Amino acid sequence: MEKRTDKNSYTVIFAIGMVLVVGAILAYLASTFRPMIAENERLEKQQNILYAMGVNNNEPGSATFVSTQDAPKLFQQYIKEQLVIEDGEVKTDDQAYLIDVKKEQTRAKAGKSRRLPLFVGEKDGKKFYIAPIRGKGLWDAIWGYIAMDENMVVQGVYFDHKGETPGLGANIKQRYFMDDFSGEHLLTDSGSFKGITVSKTNADPTNKDKEDYEVDAIAGATITGDGISAMIKKDLRLYVPYFKNLKNRG
Amino acid sequence: MAKDSKLILDPLTDNNPITIQVLGICSALAITAELEASIVMSISVLFVMGVGNVVISLMRNIIPSKIRIIVQLIVVATLVIIVDQVLKAYAYELSKTLGAFVGLIITNCIIMGRFEAFALGNGPWRSFLDGIGNALGYAVILIIVGFFRELLGSGTLLGIQILGDPVAKTGLYAFGYENNGFMLLSPMALIVVGIIIWIQRSRNRALIED
Repeated sequence: MEKRTDKNSYTVIFAIGMVLVVGAILAYLASTFRPMIAENERLEKQQNILYAMGVNNNEPGSATFVSTQDAPKLFQQYIKEQLVIEDGEVKTDDQAYLIDVKKEQTRAKAGKSRRLPLFVGEKDGKKFYIAPIRGKGLWDAIWGYIAMDENMVVQGVYFDHKGETPGLGANIKQRYFMDDFSGEHLLTDSGSFKGITVSKTNADPTNKDKEDYEVDAIAGATITGDGISAMIKKDLRLYVPYFKNLKNRG
Repeated sequence: MAKDSKLILDPLTDNNPITIQVLGICSALAITAELEASIVMSISVLFVMGVGNVVISLMRNIIPSKIRIIVQLIVVATLVIIVDQVLKAYAYELSKTLGAFVGLIITNCIIMGRFEAFALGNGPWRSFLDGIGNALGYAVILIIVGFFRELLGSGTLLGIQILGDPVAKTGLYAFGYENNGFMLLSPMALIVVGIIIWIQRSRNRALIED
């Protein structure tokens, strides 16, 4: 005799029921947690920006942010201005750090104007210009924040990723990799934009030569490294006119 | 009782899901370049397999056999999404560490294998023990592989320099030792798993198939 659970009608009803139950559970969880997750993401952006300009709780060897409790206060203290550059026009916007770089990149692809956020920070009397960048790694998105001085010399970076391989590409958020970027030049002597290449043939593992436009790559993470080079070159190039203007004015 | 303890102990040695059943190899290869990653993956699988096995066991009499694989997949995916969402809301840093593993947990063949082979035919308590046992068996291999790959590939364990500083040439590096970059690549994980299988079978000849 055929079992009750083998009937086609039972199978269809079971499938529909299961989809409804699972869907309801996940929808409920998603809507309950959404505000908390959004808040976590907002604080993380502030922590990332502060990290890039050197406001962090780093011990040697680790990459540690300021605590989530302190982040909003410190963000207000150190970030003096939040700018949005659109079609060459520079506006201030207190919420510029919430601009979704991914959405702006999509807008640019569709031929629309792209809003470029830029954060002006000040620490110990020194000015930092921090720009977000975003690109592709091996498996998924990679992104980061680059802090520069007015000559587009890198002062600090923060990189992160969604799903790079642990131990390989995921090491872009390790300090030994990120620290190598500090002091690297993005512009040539003549003022044209060159960017930084994550290079496997950089025979300078201690990275003492800061004007070679290269940093030492991570072994076994070629594609993630190429992704970093590409996003630096593609996204930071867009800020060059702003820095040129800054020089002309200053 | 002795039978119950077998459910936990067997997968650790003579019925290990990786070395004997040769399941879950792909995730073992992908994330064992770091010991920490191996531990995070092990804990995640422990949770998903323990709870998943119980859920499937409770549902075993009402699941239509024609769509049982899909049902199992939905259970795993739902559990993983729930864990991910809860961590994102309450332990954001930890959720980012887990991010790379979520896809690998869902596709881990050990989980589906245990649902299919055990939970569909046994009660919730025994299924729970079976899930925990197999997850522990998986964890043991992952941690051994992660230990050797990180130590020989990067000279570190859990991110702490063990063999000295490779750039400043201190510790073992002062004597000309170099990190073995091969250890960081997936094929070496396969070779380490192979060595474990070799050792295990040479110690227990009953495991060798003709």
